[in-house]
Order: sequence, then C-alpha cells, then structure tokens
Amino acid sequence: MKVNIAACITEPGSSERNKTGGWRVFRPVINNERCIDCGSCWIFCPEACISRDEKGEYEVDLDFCKGCGICANECPSEAIEMVLEEK
Amino acid sequence: MKVVADIPSYVKCRHVCGASLAANRCFKFRLNVKDVNEEEYFAPGHRGCAGCGCTIAMRLALKVAGKNVIVTHATGCMEVISSPYPETAWRVPWIHVAFENSAAVASGVEAALKALGKKDRVKVIAFGGDGGTVDIGFQALSGALERGHDFVYICYDNEAYMNTGIQRSGSTPYGASTTTSPPGKESFGNKTFKKDMPHIVAAHGIPYVATASVAFPLDYMEKVKKALSVEGPAYVHVHAPCTPGWGIASEKSIEVARLAVDSGMWILYEIENGKSRVTYKPTVKKPVKEYLRMQKRFRHLTEEHIDVLQRYVDERWAEVFGED
Repeated sequence: MKVNIAACITEPGSSERNKTGGWRVFRPVINNERCIDCGSCWIFCPEACISRDEKGEYEVDLDFCKGCGICANECPSEAIEMVLEEK
Repeated sequence: MKVVADIPSYVKCRHVCGASLAANRCFKFRLNVKDVNEEEYFAPGHRGCAGCGCTIAMRLALKVAGKNVIVTHATGCMEVISSPYPETAWRVPWIHVAFENSAAVASGVEAALKALGKKDRVKVIAFGGDGGTVDIGFQALSGALERGHDFVYICYDNEAYMNTGIQRSGSTPYGASTTTSPPGKESFGNKTFKKDMPHIVAAHGIPYVATASVAFPLDYMEKVKKALSVEGPAYVHVHAPCTPGWGIASEKSIEVARLAVDSGMWILYEIENGKSRVTYKPTVKKPVKEYLRMQKRFRHLTEEHIDVLQRYVDERWAEVFGED
C-alpha cells in the first residue's frame, strides 16, 4: 500500500467503501402508511443511511445500516419495525 | 413533500412538549426538520458502534457548518472510528491532532486563514471528547479562549474515556462504574461529581457558551449555528451517550439522553455575552433513579448513593428553574 506524505487521505468520504451493513442483526422495515413524515428516523440515524426517495418517502440504505434500532425506537407513530435478518 | 391530513391520536411528540400530535401542538418539530440541510458531510461506513450517540453529534454539527469549514479533532472515539487509514468519513477538510491540542491547532488554522484573507469564508471547528476537553486538552482550550480566536469548540461528552476502554474522566458522573472506578467492597464507583465544564469555560468571558444534547437535535443545531455566527470563541458542550460504556441497548441511546435532560442530570442552557438562558425546561421532572436504572454503569448503586445524586440534582434544579 502506498502511503501519502503525512498520511494524508485525499479522497473525502472514502469510508463509504466499508459496507457496515454486515454488522446488522435486525433490519428496519418502514411502513409508509403509518409514517407521519416527522423526520425523526432521519435526524437520529448515526449512520446517515436513511434518506428520502423521489416520492418523499423514507428509505434505509441497507449497505450501511448497522441495525441499531434507534429509528424504530424514536419513531413516534411506530411505523418502523425491526425484523430479524435471516437467510 | 408528503402532506399528512390525519394524524393518529396515539402519536405523541417526544421532542418538544410531549403533547399529542393530534392536538397540532408539535408541528414545530416537523416543520423545522424540513429546514435542516439534507447534505451529509459525515459519510456512512465509519466504524462507530451501532447506536453511537456521538456520531449523531458530529453529523448534525457538520450539517449546520456546511462545506466551508476546517475541522480539527483531538484523539478520541470519533477520531478513531472516522479515520482508519486509508479511509475517512469526513467530507470536509479535517486534521487529527494529539489528545491535548485540538484547540491550539484550531487557533493556528484560524490565524492562517486570517493571514490568507479567507477568514470570512471559512469557519473553524475544533472537536474534542470529554477526556480531550475537561482533562487533557484543558490548558490548550483555556489558552485559545484567552487569546480570543474566532472558532467553535464542540465537546462531545460521553462521560468517560470510552475509546481506550472506559476509564473515568473529569466528566464522569458520581457513582458511575468505569474500569478505573470499579464498584466493590471498598468503592461504590466514581467518587467525584461531574466537572462543570460549561461554567468553567464561561468564566473566560467568551461570547457564547451552550450545553446541548443529541436527544434534542434542533436545539443543538440552533446552538451550533449561533456559535458559528458569533465573533470570537464559542463553546458547545453536547451530551452524547455511549452504548458500550454506559451499558445500554443500542436502540436506547437517544431515549437515555432524553431522560438525562428530563431528570435534571443534564440541563440545556446557553450563556450569551454573560447572560444565561435555559433553552428547555422538562414538563415533568423525572426521578434520577429512572435514568440510573436504564444503565449498567449505575446498576450497583444503593439507595443511599442514589439519594446523594438526587439531592445534588435537586439543588442544581432549584438553582436553575427555581423551586416548584
């Protein structure tokens, strides 16, 4: 591996190469009918892996979601359920 | 944006007032969240534990600062998890410095920006953990505040040296179990009370000091915004839970941070030009015991020690909110 001068990392946000989704035991599933669009899940996500799609509905990027469950716990309308990851 | 006509009556707002959302009282939260910058400057893929409260503090601060910012960072959890070589989670210029000199390097960066004539366009933020701020980085921070550099210092407080394996710091609360204050026959955990860092910083006479919590994201972001806008040094102390260090389930980290504020263990206020203002008063004061019982680090505490802590909190509560 080539080490840059002063160990500088020149590519911003390169941690995206590390897919932390493999850490997950429980997967969040959003029920959009119950969603009241408050944004709690999005603002409290430590991974920044919840975003809106074109329809304005929240979706989870499962490549990075570590399955911590904060979104499900903080959702005021109980629209997010944590489901066990199974093969 | 999706318009929601009928909000079910079981929905309770847990962020602003605890009232039912159907009463239309808590639209404030929903509307303000819409104004938050959607751009992410703290990339996913970092090595933070699932449910880490501190990464939320990083992420939200950067959302406020935007891309024209230079960040200096003391050694600590957030430095280790965000920059395992050759990867970085930061999308803004970022420098890792030793444990003690985040504020000193930020002063240097600010002075250089001034010399280059770019100070108006670029902000400087220094991050440090509680160990890197209240213990090790204290003199560098004090010096930088004294010299009056125009920068923002954000201390994320997870109440111990979590990165090296949960050793007590000056910010560890009374009675907490850490590896260097273990409970047992001769000890009940940490013997000292939490150091009142925000007031120590405020005693330097700087223009802006605030305390915040990750459980109150809008309040926190408002404070970071204010801190960035003032001329001269500003300090924000943000309370952020650590799931392994506190012994809580990963999904409970925001809940426990909110309970810290609701029980009076952590008070949200700001001191602007010497004038102190409480920014959030809990509607119902919860007993400290409720907060302690959620965490493994306090599980060994006896009623006697809980009473000591409750009295300490009651005194501070009376000081801040008055008797009621």
